[in-house]
Amino acid sequence: MTLTGPKKKDPQKRTIVPTLPPATRSRAGLGLSVAAAQGRFALQHCAECGAVQYPPRDACHACLSHDLCWKDTQPYGKVLAETRVQASPDPYFRERLPWRMGSVRLTAGPVVLAHLVDVRRGEDVQVELRLDRAGQGVMIARPKERSDDMEDDPVLRAMGTHPKHRRILISDATHPVARPLIDALFAAGAAHVFAGVPEMWRRPHGVSALEGLENVSLLPLDVTDPQSLKDAASEIGGKVDILINTARHIRPGGVLGQDTTAARDEMEVNALGLMRLAQAFGPGMAARTADGVNSAAAFVTVLSAHALSPDPAFGAFNASQAAARSIAQTLRAEFAPSGLRVACVYTGPTEDEWHQSLPPPKVAPKTLARSIVDGLQKGLEDIYCGDVARDLAERWRSDPGLLEREITGGGA
Amino acid sequence: MSVLDQLTGALAGGDVRVVDLTHRLDPDFPVIVLPPEFGQCARFRMEEVSAYDHRGPAWKWHNLTLNEHTGTHFDAPIHWVSGRDWPNGAVDEIPAEHLIGPVCVIDCSAGAAQDDDFELTPEIILEWEAAHGPIPAGAWVLMRTDWSLRAGADYLNMAEDGPHSPGPTPDAIRLLLDRDIRGFGTECVGTDAGQGAHYDPPYPAHFLLHGAGKYGLQCLCNLDRLPPRGAVLIAPPLKIRGGTGSPLRVLALIPGGSK
Repeated sequence: MTLTGPKKKDPQKRTIVPTLPPATRSRAGLGLSVAAAQGRFALQHCAECGAVQYPPRDACHACLSHDLCWKDTQPYGKVLAETRVQASPDPYFRERLPWRMGSVRLTAGPVVLAHLVDVRRGEDVQVELRLDRAGQGVMIARPKERSDDMEDDPVLRAMGTHPKHRRILISDATHPVARPLIDALFAAGAAHVFAGVPEMWRRPHGVSALEGLENVSLLPLDVTDPQSLKDAASEIGGKVDILINTARHIRPGGVLGQDTTAARDEMEVNALGLMRLAQAFGPGMAARTADGVNSAAAFVTVLSAHALSPDPAFGAFNASQAAARSIAQTLRAEFAPSGLRVACVYTGPTEDEWHQSLPPPKVAPKTLARSIVDGLQKGLEDIYCGDVARDLAERWRSDPGLLEREITGGGA
Repeated sequence: MSVLDQLTGALAGGDVRVVDLTHRLDPDFPVIVLPPEFGQCARFRMEEVSAYDHRGPAWKWHNLTLNEHTGTHFDAPIHWVSGRDWPNGAVDEIPAEHLIGPVCVIDCSAGAAQDDDFELTPEIILEWEAAHGPIPAGAWVLMRTDWSLRAGADYLNMAEDGPHSPGPTPDAIRLLLDRDIRGFGTECVGTDAGQGAHYDPPYPAHFLLHGAGKYGLQCLCNLDRLPPRGAVLIAPPLKIRGGTGSPLRVLALIPGGSK
């Protein structure tokens, strides 16, 4: 099945109002969503008897132990039974019937209920945890070999943020990632890219390379200038299906030695700029999350992995990253009723003039572009780009206090 | 009838006209761009506080962000290291009577049209004096280049070897200081030439003028509407404590007969 591009909208028809699948989960059940947000397949494992369990519960189904931990689990299994849901009282599913569900016995043990994508009873499958429109983790069973067409399946399309046929706004085309990101988005089937140019009057470096590219429009956009955001949103606000915020102001320096003027610029661009972007484009996007093939799907922002725990050499910058992360989390809550996904892309030190004196590994613009598009294809909320970011996030999850001491070289 | 009555009468009757030499403060108006590792001049930004809405039902107002040297602006002596110890060298300390005075306009527009790095030299100043008489003490001297007609990137005119825009040579500034001028103004983003860093001393207009307690004006426009001499310049900066400069509205009074 190949998804065809959208027809032009009938302006006499009301735009479909977003509905959501059921969002309520138990505290234990939220563990599936946490894993899905990161693109991991994790289940509860009992620390005492080793049983793997599904659905998530507060005690082990085998030995009643409370000592359960979420662990990455073999994502393979076989479809035991399938059914086609033809009727549902739930508005979200009613709009999308028929809906294929099945039970899958995992090689790890449990039988899970999954949405079926291109698979039938008796087939060996891979099971993935994906975020649905309500932002909750659900199981999907799909062929072991992943294919591009698979993502066209209505079930995945309804829950995902795939760039195919979508129009994407990159907020700052002067970021080194802009060109490779544009290429990667088109390779993934994006329909159009709007690229914002801050301080167009300066003809900033790198932007001329984007002039004249097919299906790319450059427009003046500066996240520190409310009027430019207003102007851009009034022009293209109804056409932005995915927004990727690449605006970044970075200067090295800690807190004692860093000028507050530089820190203020960092806050203005990195934190308040994100807030202004969301205010300018967010409401329009949130109203269009059920708007057909090219519905609004995701609001993405690029962050340093040190948003989680600062590197003192970039202390003021990292404060702006932590602030931006916090703003993104609030946006996630605020966009939740619309189903607009908020994704944070965490990157290690990037290959640019501000990290020139740092030793490798550094994240190349192409790598960052690939991570962003991969995350969009999988519908992730937390995207980690490069080994540094992945490692840092892993250590942060296991012990933030320990990580802080590891980065700063110990306590006082 | 007092002089001031005559003046207000002339203003009302059109025998004296007011020319606005000020650019609009706009987020896209160019500011000086320094190497990225240096502190930068804040761009002009305006954020709505309320607009007859729930944030303030009957009124609209904005918070502004800008540098002392954003847009059409005034440079005080303490702006430059050479003027740091000048008494009354901050904008709030400058005597009010210094803020209104005679103005001479040296037309360099023909040369600047040919050469982005056009220099104002002592010869050009002496030629001007031969034609219009000596520059009076206490006068503002403005260098007209028609650079204000440029916009955006063409205004800063940045190249890989830095910006290219017209300005005075060190000797030209020394000659103006001999005439005991009040200050020097240009249409470009600074009083110095784009390549002014390569003179000896670097940035002679800033270094020598402010070192002698004189003032600077930049990002002026409409200089083509001023006569070579005989106009009055009104250029009061904001009274900012310890301010090194200030955005301001620069006005000129010209005889009604001139264009």
